[in-house]
Amino acid sequence: MGMETCVRRSFLKGGALALCGLTAEAAGIPRFLVRTAHAGPAGRRKALVAVFQRGAVDGLSMVVPHGDPAYYAARASIAIGAPASGKSETAIDLDGFFAFHPALEPIKPLWDARRLAVVHACGSPVSTRSHFDAQDYMETGTPGVKTTPDGWLSRGLVARARTSPSPFRAVALGPQLPRALRGEVGAVAMPSVNDFDVRSDVSAMASGVNARRGFEALYEQGVRDVIHGTGRETFEAVKMLKAADPRKFEPANGARYPRTDFGEKLQQVAQLVKADVGLEVAFVDIAGWDTHAGQGNERGQLAYRLADLSHGLAAFARDLGDVMEDTLVLTMSEFGRTVRENGNRGTDHGHATAMLVLGGSVRGGRVYGRWPGLAPEQLFEERDLAVTTDFRQLFAEVAFEHLGVPREAKIFPGFAPPRGTPLGVLA
Amino acid sequence: MRPWRVGLALVAVALVVSGCGTAPVASSVASPAIAPESDEHILHVLNRLAYGPRPGDVERVRAMGIGAWIERQLHPDLIADEAIERRLAAYPTIAMTTDDLFREYPRPDPAAVARRREEMLRGDGAADGMAREAAPGEPRRIMIAAELAAARMERAVWSERQLQEILVDFWFNHFNVYAQKDAVRWLISPYEREAIRPHVLGRFRDLVLATARHPAMLFYLDNWLSTRAGLVAQAGPNRGRRLGLNENYARELLELHTLGVDGGYTQGDVVEVARAFTGWSFAYPQGDRQFVFRPRAHDDGDKRVLGHVIAAGGGEADGIAVIDIVTRHPSTARTIATKLARRFVSDDPPPSLVDRVARTYQDTDGDIRAMMLTIVRAREFWSEAAYRAKIKKPIELVASAARALDASVGSEPGLRSAGFQLARAASTLGERLFNAQPPTGYPDTADAWVNTGALLGRMNFALSLAQNRVPGVRVDVERLVAGADRRKPEEVLDRLLAVTVHGQVSARTREILSAQLRDPAIVRLTADDRGPANTDVEKLAALVLGSPEFQRK
Repeated sequence: MGMETCVRRSFLKGGALALCGLTAEAAGIPRFLVRTAHAGPAGRRKALVAVFQRGAVDGLSMVVPHGDPAYYAARASIAIGAPASGKSETAIDLDGFFAFHPALEPIKPLWDARRLAVVHACGSPVSTRSHFDAQDYMETGTPGVKTTPDGWLSRGLVARARTSPSPFRAVALGPQLPRALRGEVGAVAMPSVNDFDVRSDVSAMASGVNARRGFEALYEQGVRDVIHGTGRETFEAVKMLKAADPRKFEPANGARYPRTDFGEKLQQVAQLVKADVGLEVAFVDIAGWDTHAGQGNERGQLAYRLADLSHGLAAFARDLGDVMEDTLVLTMSEFGRTVRENGNRGTDHGHATAMLVLGGSVRGGRVYGRWPGLAPEQLFEERDLAVTTDFRQLFAEVAFEHLGVPREAKIFPGFAPPRGTPLGVLA
Repeated sequence: MRPWRVGLALVAVALVVSGCGTAPVASSVASPAIAPESDEHILHVLNRLAYGPRPGDVERVRAMGIGAWIERQLHPDLIADEAIERRLAAYPTIAMTTDDLFREYPRPDPAAVARRREEMLRGDGAADGMAREAAPGEPRRIMIAAELAAARMERAVWSERQLQEILVDFWFNHFNVYAQKDAVRWLISPYEREAIRPHVLGRFRDLVLATARHPAMLFYLDNWLSTRAGLVAQAGPNRGRRLGLNENYARELLELHTLGVDGGYTQGDVVEVARAFTGWSFAYPQGDRQFVFRPRAHDDGDKRVLGHVIAAGGGEADGIAVIDIVTRHPSTARTIATKLARRFVSDDPPPSLVDRVARTYQDTDGDIRAMMLTIVRAREFWSEAAYRAKIKKPIELVASAARALDASVGSEPGLRSAGFQLARAASTLGERLFNAQPPTGYPDTADAWVNTGALLGRMNFALSLAQNRVPGVRVDVERLVAGADRRKPEEVLDRLLAVTVHGQVSARTREILSAQLRDPAIVRLTADDRGPANTDVEKLAALVLGSPEFQRK
């Protein structure tokens, strides 16, 4: 049986067609979903899209360990029903032990096509339950060290030397630059690709251009400080983006992005990729995971956030089509949540969580990492899922294998991956 | 720029803090006989303790004396502010009671909300934001936060009580709540009005207590739901369910509001603090939505918090006991001192100053006005290193630009437009008021705000404002440069720089602006006169407000 048939079948089984009403899909499965013997044209630029789930996602609801009996014992009202449990909506089985939250249905075809992997029980060696410290640690890549000035993605890109680096090597979609991209790489933060210029005024079309020239002169002064430096990079970026005009790229292959903040950001990442502006790392936040109360189960608050995530990722993969061969999406979150539900049908700050890896070079369709178990005696500090995979091991693998960062580059100072046991998430 | 003379004499302050709101004793921060109050000193004060100078402010402060000006700002009740108070009538929700807000802005039909969400996920319907708020014709709850943001921006620009407004922003972010978390949509306005504003120059403990008991905070950090372990709900939708502890508020109280993340508490302390606050709730969704203590929900055992024992049986007072313990903790003095020094002096405040402000905290039981005095009396505050060392946050950039151009409220397109448009401008630059989701609020340091996209946004706002394209906000740049000969662009430029930034731009910036005068788009050519006839002062003003210098304060 050819791979194409196989893919088509699982696609149908996953119900993606019915769900999205994308009948056009039946006519042509994106070639991205069909593994081919050869990779894309040589020399194509590899890109990474880092998605930060701020607020600490409950990994146990996102990727449900339905085979662990302690899971259902710990969660009377918020557990996700096991596959074939007879409930009208249940988790979607992955391998007999783990299952996707039903809201992740849109990305199940990617799992089936082995483009999507999960790393579970992944997290930080430092057990802080402060969102802000844990986010900083994950973004600087130095758990426990607060003085690290730059982010791991900046260090990674700096180590991956470029002869003529594009101002769009690293882009954060949003008004602020995340810590992961701060540093020497000179990343760009943009709230929107549509508004990335000095506006021309209505009365005189030419004068906007002239105002830009004026501002440019002001920021081009030889002063070495944060404002002038950023200003110079800004104008370089503006010119390049004007020439590339990413706005002309409409979603392809029938992709429909959710009309949410996250969906709109991912759509713009796709536009930057297609416009070939030299993007190597894009960073996108998706917020709303701090579910202390009423987090819901198959439906509810968390289900809605997960649906936003999965609809967005599915649309992105579909939109990019073949280009997904060279693109990797990595999700991350500062920590997970307590194994037991709290008094308010929610969960408090915990330890390990699950991360998703999606793309052409992923050895997908597998859950990676050792499962530490959820029985009371197996928990970290008697309350949380223990960390069995240091997030730096996963991040390092992504940096080395996908981005081609040289292994000798110390982008995670003080971290030595466990000997002889690579995760092997990437082919 | 003229050399910045550190007037050590300025530190010799004779400012006497008067009691609660009574008339201040006449005194002065600086002694002009010893150190002349230079433009730089006055500008520094107007940039740090106010949202930047308006034309004429430097002269006004000089006439009054820096010390007297600061002292008035430290006693905002003594400053007449009727004009802005009248303006704010345009935003009726900011004065409405919680009850009225819930009555006037009914909750939208949950089924309709779910339907709109579903559409959004599938890529149909309207985009995220306003549209899913309400069906057509329904009063939109989002107006409550929008009017509060508009009022906040109008106050930043036009209130005479400038330091008060800066502190409202500072303390709101310190005790942040997020306007889009369910009930907070209605409670946000009462929260700022009742829990933050009255205490911004008062005792820190009062701020902690007022926020701890406010329904907005109780809801935002979930404490209203937190109960002793094993409580079984007797009624309501959860009838028969076992309830229990929620750590959210307890953790943020220790981590963010008081001790600080490295302040020396443990996970055990978080649980004990959460136990102490069980039962601190509010009457919601049924009831008057006011604070209520629920004795049945309270864990009445004894608690051990940071080495102190809270005896069993304390009931509602357990929470008060925790607030006393944490607000008297030396780590809290340090955390608050560091944040104030970071806001008013520099992103990395000198440890010597932080030490002194922390000591003031401990000596005065957390008196915020006294800590402010320690800061404005400090050598570090007046040092050259601190001068223009801070980057303006978005709301500061927006407000200071409007002030620099002496903006006023226009009658078109409507009375409420000015505030909404100014808030929208700040939002475009990344600071959407009342919409910071995490409990840290918006950051106060340059690294968060200086980036390519944000700088472009700032330039674009400068253009819109100077060219009168912010609806409802009127500027008259022509009037500002009145007196300068329009046929002499250099003269116009000097006049503009004098009136907007007191000539405080680098020689190089002055040169570049001057070169712009030769740009045909700046100097308009008229048909009957081949020479430069008419300097485009609006564009020039935009360049000044968008310049690197103007991003600093």
